[in-house]
Amino acid sequence: MLNEDTIKHVAKLARLGLTDAEVKKFTTQLSGVLEYVEILKEVDTENVAETSQVTGLKDVFGKDEVEKGKASREELLGCTELPIDSKQVRVMPAIK
Amino acid sequence: MTDLNKLTIREVHEGLLVKKFTSVEVTKSCFDEIKKRNKDLNAFVSLDEDGAMKSAQEVDAKIANGEKISLLGGIPAAVKDLINTRGIKTTCCSPFLKDFVPPYDATVVEKLKAHDFVMLGKTNLDEFACGASTEHSCFGVTKNPYDLERVAGGSSGGSAAAVAADMAFYALGTDTGGSIRQPASLCGTYGMKVTYGRVSRSGVTAMASSWDTVGHFARNVDDVAIVLEAIAGRDVKDSTTPDIKVPDYSKFLSAGVKGLKIGLPKEYFGEGIEKETADTVKAAVLKLEKEGAQVVEVSLPSTKYAVAVYYITMPAELSTNLERFDGIRYGKKPANEPDNLVDYYFAARAEGFGDEIKRRIMIGTYVLSAGYYDAYYKKAQKVRTVIIQDFVKVFEKVDVLIAPVSPFPAFKIGELVDNPLAMYMADALTIPASAAGLPSLACPVGMSASGLPIGLQVIAPQFREDLCLQVGARV
Repeated sequence: MLNEDTIKHVAKLARLGLTDAEVKKFTTQLSGVLEYVEILKEVDTENVAETSQVTGLKDVFGKDEVEKGKASREELLGCTELPIDSKQVRVMPAIK
Repeated sequence: MTDLNKLTIREVHEGLLVKKFTSVEVTKSCFDEIKKRNKDLNAFVSLDEDGAMKSAQEVDAKIANGEKISLLGGIPAAVKDLINTRGIKTTCCSPFLKDFVPPYDATVVEKLKAHDFVMLGKTNLDEFACGASTEHSCFGVTKNPYDLERVAGGSSGGSAAAVAADMAFYALGTDTGGSIRQPASLCGTYGMKVTYGRVSRSGVTAMASSWDTVGHFARNVDDVAIVLEAIAGRDVKDSTTPDIKVPDYSKFLSAGVKGLKIGLPKEYFGEGIEKETADTVKAAVLKLEKEGAQVVEVSLPSTKYAVAVYYITMPAELSTNLERFDGIRYGKKPANEPDNLVDYYFAARAEGFGDEIKRRIMIGTYVLSAGYYDAYYKKAQKVRTVIIQDFVKVFEKVDVLIAPVSPFPAFKIGELVDNPLAMYMADALTIPASAAGLPSLACPVGMSASGLPIGLQVIAPQFREDLCLQVGARV
């Protein structure tokens, strides 16, 4: 069973602002989901490898080249709502 | 000329070539239908009428000049609104991206443009493709063309409704745990979920990367095959697409089912599945048996664990993929900008994400957090291996599997929205094939007594979409 402190901690890890009402609601709902997935304990996975890729492809290499003619720098910078400074996005300070 | 919007792709193509009608007229017939019905259905969240008419005029000019056009040339279609379309808003139906205009096309869109694509507009979905009803869209729910009080399914509900209501000839969608097959089934249309890696996902907003696929909806199997051939194949921008030849899928449609071995997994016809749905699917299988198919009951014993595997691994991968949404390089900035970066992240994400996304980010972050990774994520990926082994064993005995798509026909709007676990069960029969990366074609197969569509799915081994289509053509 989860408590509200755990929910607040997880929200902090996810950089997700939650209201008090959301904390309450998610405490109940996430507990329900985690209770449900307990069903997996029934499965014996002692000598089973975990799946990470389903079609068996591995080590796919490609040339590390910049492709021209796609989105331009201006178009990419045009996607932000923040101010542009010297062809970069200006953000607020990371340290107070 | 009336009802051009109801023809098949081949009929339109032939009509265009003999100049019986023009692509402009065909496109106009789609927009006429959209104007009549979209107000009620809410399948499209944005339209590009000018762009579509211009593309149609270009196709007509080519035909007039005697230039060759492909089967898909000038055929109007719709695109799920989490697939990037250059210069056209792509919102993922999230408040975060409500005004986002992508600076490049997804590979699937590029491929269709090489076939003289006429794009009508963008279709509704559950925010970031998370849901089974499109109720989690910032543009409101898509309604079922058969009953406006019911959902169209999800997450690709807008694409399904657009095709089912003859507003588009085909529509692109995505299927992670059932997001093409389930809405196709609820709306009575065809939905192709491809093998993992068969169609490039470059330029499509990622949800759960070890599950995500791009596919499509259409109104008959031949149309499904034509579109699949155009969008499938290797793409250097998506390293999960193997270099496996894309066959001429249409040529398998006339092969029939004689001699084919069809498995009916008993777990898909038992507890939790409405009897009417199970009976309708069984009746369709009986017809295939009369045509010479060999039908056997098989077992996929781990089926009941698939939803739990999905609701650990999917949120884990989703929460990781959505880390990039910080409101800085793209997406909405918060209404009141905090004066430091960390608070900015919290505010941007609090305002940008809807309820279901927050819930899944929370589950995903929890199961990946220190101390829980082995117990949840790793355990789930091990059980996923067991589910895959079930399919491997069963495909040693049969060529394809047939099963219901959804345990029940379209449910009422609002019926499941406050009960996340019940909503997750709507995908109980589509998640297992996704877990194993298998192709599956949803086909309409009948109607319930209350007048709602019922669908079945044909599941085949990896990269055997041809078998799905071959059987689907006889359903």
